[in-house]
Amino acid sequence: MRKIAIYGKGGIGKSTTTQNTVAGLAEMGKNVMVVGCDPKADSTRLLLHGLAQKTVLDTLREEGEDVELDDVMKSGFKGTHCVESGGPEPGVGCAGRGIITSINLLEQLGAYDDDKALDYVFYDVLGDVVCGGFAMPIRDGKAQEVYIVCSGEMMAMYAANNICKSISKFGKVGDVRLGGLICNSRKVDNEANMIQEFAKKLGTQMIHFVPRDNMVQHAEINRKTVIDHAPEHPQADEYRALAKKINDNTMQVIPTPLAMQELEDLLVGFGIMN
Amino acid sequence: MIKEVNNSVSVDDLKKFKDEVLHKYPKKVAKKRDKAILLNDPETPPQIQANVRTIPGIITQRGCTYAGCKGVVLGPTRDIINITHGPIGCGFYSWLTRRNQTKPETETDENFMMYCFSTDMQDSNIVFGGEEKLKQAIREAYELFHPKAIAIFSTCPVGLIGDDVHRVARHMKEEIGGDINIFGFSCEGYRGVSQSAGHHIANNGLFKNLIGRDDEKRGDLKYRVNLLGEYNIGGDAFELERVFEKCGINLIATFSGNSTIQKFENAHTADLNMVMCHRSINYVAEMMETAFGIPWIKVQPIGADSTAKMLRKIGQYFGEQELIDKIEEVIAEEMVPVIAAREKALKKTNGKTAMLFVGGSRAHHYQNLFEELGMSTLSAGYEFGHRDDYEGRVVIPTIQIDADSRNIEEISVTKDETRYNPRKTEEELKALEADGMEFNGYEGLMPQMAKGSLVIDDLSHYEMEKLIELYKPDVFCAGIKEKFCVQKMGVPLKQLHSYDYGGPYAGFKGAINFYEDIEMIASTTIWKELKAPWESETYVEAQYAY
Repeated sequence: MRKIAIYGKGGIGKSTTTQNTVAGLAEMGKNVMVVGCDPKADSTRLLLHGLAQKTVLDTLREEGEDVELDDVMKSGFKGTHCVESGGPEPGVGCAGRGIITSINLLEQLGAYDDDKALDYVFYDVLGDVVCGGFAMPIRDGKAQEVYIVCSGEMMAMYAANNICKSISKFGKVGDVRLGGLICNSRKVDNEANMIQEFAKKLGTQMIHFVPRDNMVQHAEINRKTVIDHAPEHPQADEYRALAKKINDNTMQVIPTPLAMQELEDLLVGFGIMN
Repeated sequence: MIKEVNNSVSVDDLKKFKDEVLHKYPKKVAKKRDKAILLNDPETPPQIQANVRTIPGIITQRGCTYAGCKGVVLGPTRDIINITHGPIGCGFYSWLTRRNQTKPETETDENFMMYCFSTDMQDSNIVFGGEEKLKQAIREAYELFHPKAIAIFSTCPVGLIGDDVHRVARHMKEEIGGDINIFGFSCEGYRGVSQSAGHHIANNGLFKNLIGRDDEKRGDLKYRVNLLGEYNIGGDAFELERVFEKCGINLIATFSGNSTIQKFENAHTADLNMVMCHRSINYVAEMMETAFGIPWIKVQPIGADSTAKMLRKIGQYFGEQELIDKIEEVIAEEMVPVIAAREKALKKTNGKTAMLFVGGSRAHHYQNLFEELGMSTLSAGYEFGHRDDYEGRVVIPTIQIDADSRNIEEISVTKDETRYNPRKTEEELKALEADGMEFNGYEGLMPQMAKGSLVIDDLSHYEMEKLIELYKPDVFCAGIKEKFCVQKMGVPLKQLHSYDYGGPYAGFKGAINFYEDIEMIASTTIWKELKAPWESETYVEAQYAY
């Protein structure tokens, strides 16, 4: 079983990319579980065709300790297992602690047990690594492989670099490794080259360049992944390609995060800053 | 008069301590501790490092901000329901733990001090926020007891997840309606260097939410005083109440030993504030002077002589012969059994030595009692005192404001427009000062200690063991955390937080109790039994002959 966490700046398209990739893997016949680690609980919407999911924390709150795995896990596109961790409304409580609680509960309920015969677990994590709770998937061996979704925009790269700092920290004591950067294009100048260079400096790879296409938006409005909504569309093939690359990926590294100056030089070098 | 350190231990000896201790510490730690361990000079007290964070890894005597706010200042008031908001593991001070005593005036008077209120937060309250559970706790507490006031105390997790206890307090005040008073304290444990931050936060809360809400002047209108920083450990307040009553002095409020909400609300009708524990309550004294024009003086009603001194100061302040005569009469009467008890105890205690590491004023005040017993203080220091408690209030303008002090809410207090009434004119105050009275002043611990004695702030456990090893004092005064470690080293420890099971020690009768207890401690021979038989007996060695 490969345990993968997807990180990246808020709004970069983590959930969309994760679900489309998962759809690709499911199409390949892989048995995949997706754990949404975002209090908004929208990480499995496209796989489930809507926000049909009762979150782990809500269930725990309402049912008490007596929770069954079926209460919190729903079956989505091509048999993918979908779980939403959930959490408090914005500005209240501690969402980070919520993620720790819900991952612990999933383990306790045997969601990862061998009899489930999972090929993949995907953790879709909120935004930047804002506190210890959100780093939970990459601590204690919960996830071993991290992919960072980014674009050629300054702040996206800055966030990616920050996440690398966290991976390099936990990587030294645990077995978490960076699998690569997924460039979710924002159509900035020279984007693919820059991210490739950025990845090289981090000691990793740009595993795939996902071009920007309106079909993603269409599919989202229909509460579906592109592969589900328009299987023949070229964008569906992009996600299939990404899924295959991840499936075949053997490059797992402890990244070497850049200093702020280095990062800015990179942007200047590729003509963004001027 | 400069006191001499005890003959048996010379100043050079005491210097040895610092060298040995600092030598043992890592370089950075030694550098920091160097500033907190001083040889005293009572005439020009050297600058001490105080109220700075304890170095991680050091076993400290200190408590947390929540402990200072809930446990110390608000704990002794009997008719407020004090709710600890947090996981129960943080709520040790929810329960009455400090031996604060209280005496409801009638059988029907409210007394919630034996109860323990906590929201007992669980994992899901941390994740989703604990405000709803807090509201529910307040509802339940109200339905069960219908108290006049409910106070909420924040523990660390509450601050980390951002529950707004003040908003909940406002909300519940509206929901319950009537004239119930509900208020919260942002006294999360991490907020300050020690419990001292909690005292300050509690002082602010007392002033904002209680003091000045009831203008009715009750009781005798003459000689109205408040006693600040007295917490009625082992019945201290009862003894002082007795003494004041005997002198015809009207004690309006004590902050907060044996206190009630009404006494706090009414405190601003007094004409003089007396500050006992300067560290924990000086803020209230300052604010009441600014807002209502009540001058304050520092008093030390620990030790019979200094209790007499306090009473004479009150007489001098009010300046009426009738009161002065009555006070002298009371002192003369009270001192008879005191002198008798002192003389009896002196036979056993004279010439012995003590060390005191406790609180933010007790390490100072209790030296009075030891002095009366002919015992000298080799070394003393506070757990949570600030520089002004050591060197005197004169140094306050030179104390650097650091990030930790900024963590505590600053409230600005101005003259109360209708109720500000200077109790004495400028001229009257000047005349009293010329006569030897000091207003708004505290000279601190160091000027009262002998030259060359050791002053140590935030004593660490290692330093404590070293002190005992090097100087073997006859009595060591600290708290429960130190008690059994010290006694295992063969030195008796007197707890000055809880008084062990004894007290009261304040006032005249308290002094007698203290003399008796110390006489007993200093003369017991039990310590020689401390060694197990196999550690001291000699054995005859033999071999079996087969």
